[in-house]
Amino acid sequence: MKNVNNIDEIRKIIGQHKRWDLIFVIAGIFALMIAVLTFMALFAHMLVDGMPRLSWEFFTSFPSRRAESAGILSAWVGTTLVMLVTALAAVPLGIGSGIYLEEYAPKNLITEIIEINVTNLAGVPSIIYGLLALGLFVYQFGFGQSILAAGLALALLILPVVVVATREAIRSIPVAIREGAYALGATKWQTVFDHLLPYSSAGILTGVIIGLARAIGETAPIITIGALTFIAFLPPAPVKNEFPYVSFEWLTAPFTVMPIQMFNWVSRPEEAFQLNAAAAGLVLVVMTLAMNGLAIYLRYRMRKNIKW
Amino acid sequence: MMQIDQGAVSEQIQYKSEVKNLSFFYGGFNALKNINMVLHDKKITALIGPSGCGKSTFLRCFNRMHDLYPGNRYQGEIILHPDNVNILAQNVDPIEVRMRISMVFQKPNPFPKSIYENVAYGLRVRGIKQRAILDECVESALRNSALWDEVKDRQHDLAFNLSGGQQQRLCIARALATDPEILLFDEPTSALDPIATASIEELITDLKNKVTILIVTHNMQQAARVSDYTAYMYLGELIEFNVTDTIFIKPKNKQTEDYITGRFG
Repeated sequence: MKNVNNIDEIRKIIGQHKRWDLIFVIAGIFALMIAVLTFMALFAHMLVDGMPRLSWEFFTSFPSRRAESAGILSAWVGTTLVMLVTALAAVPLGIGSGIYLEEYAPKNLITEIIEINVTNLAGVPSIIYGLLALGLFVYQFGFGQSILAAGLALALLILPVVVVATREAIRSIPVAIREGAYALGATKWQTVFDHLLPYSSAGILTGVIIGLARAIGETAPIITIGALTFIAFLPPAPVKNEFPYVSFEWLTAPFTVMPIQMFNWVSRPEEAFQLNAAAAGLVLVVMTLAMNGLAIYLRYRMRKNIKW
Repeated sequence: MMQIDQGAVSEQIQYKSEVKNLSFFYGGFNALKNINMVLHDKKITALIGPSGCGKSTFLRCFNRMHDLYPGNRYQGEIILHPDNVNILAQNVDPIEVRMRISMVFQKPNPFPKSIYENVAYGLRVRGIKQRAILDECVESALRNSALWDEVKDRQHDLAFNLSGGQQQRLCIARALATDPEILLFDEPTSALDPIATASIEELITDLKNKVTILIVTHNMQQAARVSDYTAYMYLGELIEFNVTDTIFIKPKNKQTEDYITGRFG
């Protein structure tokens, strides 16, 4: 074996090893740039095309045969209402299942099979959920091609995301905290409700928002259940003047959503409609980014008091 | 193999708890083997022994902590006096046991809530809602754990803002607030610096005469300083149990002597 006590020799060896760091840094930056620049280019293209079309009228007008006067009113209202149904359905179901699987379910083969399947559900193509919703919600339950059916279809789609986020958030709570609660004589329900849920709310909320951000851009399942591509009226308002002042008629109303509106415009031959599609795409991307931003902010806010 | 302080046997009334033929299994692994010992009422009993000897496992039998995990099994009895109930019995609810026997953990584990809510939680679990009662119990628990003077003006601050030693005293206050019959300590100072350790030891000594204490410790000096009785365990067996002075000055068992003098362990 060669003696390497010589300081010059050592420096040379370190230098040779450090060369690999440099090579990796260059390769890493290159890989990162491919991802980032591609998105930036797409976004910039959309910005240039769509920006001039963005105006107050664009948000308050129904679609039209004339591209200059067409807007996304029915689309963004539809998207908002569908997301509302999705959230209201997916949040309690997902959090409930997550808590059950993590805290209550006996650890046996059946639970394990369910767990593996829940995780796998997240990878099922979204059109499959569309087919399921078409058969089950639209025809079997008779919801029709409605906001309710679409909201529930998307809820199924993001359910695995919410379940997995809930379980991981609960699992990240240290055993010592859980045992501390039990040691004081708390029941499972008290431990879950007083401790596990509040301490994992940041993680759960992040999961819910990321799920919704995925659902907002989904097109395939919504087309499958038969959303309209051209719709020039709004669903009935949820509040009304006479008793009982709230109305759920909007749930069964026909609708369209942002990605379908975009899809409709993109498929038109006229150049002007392509610009409309770019503008709608811009709105959709900003909505998604805003949701992700909100998730990051809430996570930061809610974790501030928790140190583990 | 095992010797019990014969003088005390005649005074049954002095016992807070009696452990009879206790064995414990993690699935197929026999972690505790036929343990027999007693806890003297309002005295401090220390459990010592090398890592993996079953001290913590034994301690956690007292509040049925093992019931939280599947595959664990108890054999034998832990009798709790004065009502003579076997707390390991199938028909005894572990939650009921935990309401009577409190525990302080190895690392301070305050909840990410305020100091006040940490101490009050055990009371809230018991359904106490009246502000006046909660206030009073929280104050007395914080006084008993020598924390009151340091935190009385910031009871609604987050518990995480306290130092490690203060957090551990907060956990002791939390365990004391519900007026437990036995207080279990699982190496309560192993995560603390020497100054915080000294203050916890002082506190434990002060708590004697108020509550029966069972403490697991890695630190033999600590056992010698704070405890009245000491049990030496090895590989799941109770090797020797006696008055602390006897254990440390003239242990009857050669193994105990080797461990205490540092020749082994």
